[in-house]
Amino acid sequence: MNRQEKEEYLREYSILKSQGKPFFPYAVAKDSIMAVVVMGVIITLSIVLGAELGPKADPTTTTYVPRPEWYFYFLFELLRIIKPNWLVPLATLGIPTICLILLFLLPFFDRGPERRPEKRPIATTLGIFVIAAMAYLTYLGASAGSPNSIELATPASVKQSGGTMLAQFEAGRQVAAQSGCLACHKFGENGNAGPGPPLTDVGRNLPAGAISRTLINPTPPMPSFKDLPKEKFDNLVVFLSQLK
Amino acid sequence: MKLKLPAPPIPASLKSPPRRPDEERPSKVEGAKEAGISAVDWVDERTSLSGGVRWMLFRKVPRGTNWAYTLGSATMFAFLNQAMTGVFLAMYYDPSATNAYESARYITNEAFLGEFVRGMHKWGSTVMVVLVFLHMGRTFFWGAYKYPRELNWVVGAVLLVLTMLMSFTGYLLPFDQKSYWATIVGVNINGTGPLVGPYLNDFLLAGPDFGATTLSRFYAIHMLLVPGLIAALIGAHLYLVARLGTTAPPWLKAEKNPELRKESV
Ligand code: HEC
Ligand code: HEM
Repeated sequence: MNRQEKEEYLREYSILKSQGKPFFPYAVAKDSIMAVVVMGVIITLSIVLGAELGPKADPTTTTYVPRPEWYFYFLFELLRIIKPNWLVPLATLGIPTICLILLFLLPFFDRGPERRPEKRPIATTLGIFVIAAMAYLTYLGASAGSPNSIELATPASVKQSGGTMLAQFEAGRQVAAQSGCLACHKFGENGNAGPGPPLTDVGRNLPAGAISRTLINPTPPMPSFKDLPKEKFDNLVVFLSQLK
Repeated sequence: MKLKLPAPPIPASLKSPPRRPDEERPSKVEGAKEAGISAVDWVDERTSLSGGVRWMLFRKVPRGTNWAYTLGSATMFAFLNQAMTGVFLAMYYDPSATNAYESARYITNEAFLGEFVRGMHKWGSTVMVVLVFLHMGRTFFWGAYKYPRELNWVVGAVLLVLTMLMSFTGYLLPFDQKSYWATIVGVNINGTGPLVGPYLNDFLLAGPDFGATTLSRFYAIHMLLVPGLIAALIGAHLYLVARLGTTAPPWLKAEKNPELRKESV
């Protein structure tokens, strides 16, 4: 806005203002009604939904699904969508930081005199786009599975044999999910694509013996898992060798 | 029967003059009103507050001011609700890694109306975040951040960040699985940030890792540092709102005063 536009705005505004009503009691009345509505909503939510308290924090579990408050889902989801490692810092802080800086500086680069949303197509479109993107990411975040679980379908052969086999397979799935393999390996849709090879069908290439040898004596950077309890280790090997 | 109190022994110069026979005795209501007014006068004589209050309350809001303009004050009420319920939660809460969960459990299951108050605090935070975004949306789409209100937009943006920070630090406090792991993830995300990320983490966690004092640090940030900043900035925000006046809806055009138009013809 140049000086003339500024003065014009101030003149217009002072006329509109002089035609208005005093803040007290007219605006105060509306604000008070709104305050009552807000309190009503909060009280209703509190009575209906209560305040649950989950199990006590346990830093030693790794199976727990971290879930932020729902209004952080969009940030969380941004992190999940952007996979290549070198892009991750960009996704987690780069994009939010840039958005935040743009938000702060908005009045300094958008300085046109026009205020009607339909006459500011760029600003309005961008605003709607950001809202839509955040809503979409929030939706994805709300419906996403756990980042610490392996959702591969149980192979038909394992299902058929049932009994100990099935039990060991499912237990092994838990061990794999809890032991941090997902940080380096992909199982189906879960886990990271590197640095290790995908394990979606390891059992096809490697027999159980080779797998357990790899786990005990792996090539770096993979850590050795020889210290896992015997039973867990065996279940893990069964699980992996059945992935065909 | 009327009880007559003995007159206090005050010097004659301070006593009100005796009533003249033709004067009416002031009614009780009037007396009470007088007392109220003189008390307010007493304060005002010593503070000159009335000018400021009048300035805040009897300013005009432009024609066309509608319900969308209540979103800001609604956000403020949500914040006041957080402050009130937070005080009650703080009476029972213990920010130590060993007792935090137990105190949260006590509040939820045993304290009188504990779950209700905790629920109001928890859902109040959601309501506040929603309202802050709605309010920001209103000011954004209506171009209310433009001249001369740029600075108020910046103050508002800081308030938005602080509100999110409140929610982030508060989420850890009940110290259940959910809050613990969400915080770990959040802090790790934060740590990957460019330049300041790791330092910010050191500050948040009170050390390189989640440790014994992390919880009390989050608590201090959550209940002293950030709310203080928010309260101060809401004050600045409202000062600017009153100083500059709230915008009129962008579609309104000022009708020139018909008197003026007549003269210019
Ligand atoms: C720090 C990252 C990392 C972690 C954690 C990790 N691995 Fe690996 N893993 C690797 C790498 C890298 C290779 C490839 C090594 C090579 O080239 O020989 C590998 C190879 C393997 C192989 C051999 C694959 C093949 O096709 O030759 C198996 C099986 C395997 N990992 C299983 C696991 C299991 C099970 C876990 C969890 C208990 C796990 N890994 C955890 C990095 C990791
Ligand atoms: C704790 C959070 C906040 C509180 C309590 C608050 C409160 C208020 C109040 C009471 C008003 C008066 C007019 C109205 O209600 O619309 C107002 C106006 C305004 N707010 Fe906020 N606000 C908050 C956050 C924000 C944010 C996040 C922004 C934007 C980034 C913002 C930008 C503005 C602007 C530009 C105005 C002037 C609007 C006008 O004149 O029409 N505020 N705020």
